[in-house]
Amino acid sequence: MTVDDIQALTAQLARDPSSLVFLPLAEALRRRGQLEAALAIAISGATRYPEMAGAYDLLARIQSDRGEGDLAFDAWTTVLRLDPDHVGAHKGLAFLSFRAGDFPRSLRYLRRAVELRPKDEALRAALGRVETTAGVRAVPGFDRTAPDPLRALEAEPGLALLVDPQGRPLAGGVFDSRGAAASDEVAAALAGISREAERTTRLLGLGAWRRLSLEGGPAHFELRTPTIDSVLLVTRPREVPAGRLALLADRAAAVARRWLEELR
Amino acid sequence: MSLRDLLDELTRIPGVRGALVVSREDGLVVADSLMESVDGKAVAALAASLTGRMAGVTAALGQPEPRAWQLQGSEGTLLAAPGREGLLVVALANAEVNAGELRIRLLNVAGRAA
Repeated sequence: MTVDDIQALTAQLARDPSSLVFLPLAEALRRRGQLEAALAIAISGATRYPEMAGAYDLLARIQSDRGEGDLAFDAWTTVLRLDPDHVGAHKGLAFLSFRAGDFPRSLRYLRRAVELRPKDEALRAALGRVETTAGVRAVPGFDRTAPDPLRALEAEPGLALLVDPQGRPLAGGVFDSRGAAASDEVAAALAGISREAERTTRLLGLGAWRRLSLEGGPAHFELRTPTIDSVLLVTRPREVPAGRLALLADRAAAVARRWLEELR
Repeated sequence: MSLRDLLDELTRIPGVRGALVVSREDGLVVADSLMESVDGKAVAALAASLTGRMAGVTAALGQPEPRAWQLQGSEGTLLAAPGREGLLVVALANAEVNAGELRIRLLNVAGRAA
């Protein structure tokens, strides 16, 4: 859209504030990077047409461009309240969730968008990229694939592993000191450690076991039991303060617990 | 300095209910300094067993065995550090103990216990 076109739309909106030209006008300003002006027009339009999903979608895209993720999230949520099948809102919410590291939620929105528009190759490609980033794979003991919940917590892969009581990796992954994948070996070694820790705390009157901290040579380790039938290992180089590692492990355990509950 | 003297350095810390030197191979008590209510044989056997399991985890990662470990329960904690000549120094404490101080002293004792 040219500057002349924008000026014409601006004049039209000035003559008739109830005109729907606020939609193409704000969109054109957004594309030109004039986000302040675009935002003012979009807010005015959404206020005038509170039941118009497209007005809130436009507002959300402008807010997203401005880095106002929380406001954009609210606006796209409003869009879905007005129009549950609005593909743009599903895409937008998927993008915001991905940016926030909430891969499972991002996948839910994207999958719904693909359902609504199954022939959209760009959407399918986006879904594939998010599935790869989220580490979607089959989970032992469950009959469907799921994203890896620990990906969101890791600045780099190979630093957290969730295993089941049979010593099978459920999520995450760890590497050995040479950089080779070691998840299966570590999962096998972790099998039974929860039972042994539980037995130890019970027999020694220490109550329920909460955490197991290992101070290694090049790395330190924290173990948690997110659920009664899972064990989580989180590791970081020894340069990472012990207290920070403990907090990371607590967060990872909470994420893993929610993930397992959703799987069930 | 005797092993018992070394262990007394640990039991002087408020909240520590007992300290032991354990044979890692068979989980038997070598020396101890315990409150009456603490079952030293059980502590020794369980700590040695857990140490073996944890060494298995670090070995699977191609890393040396842990310098120390801490099992935290809701009502107390168990710390252990491998020492020289197949020994393991273990401390049992209640939940309010200053675990940081206990860890430092435990590593110190483990380095001297033989």
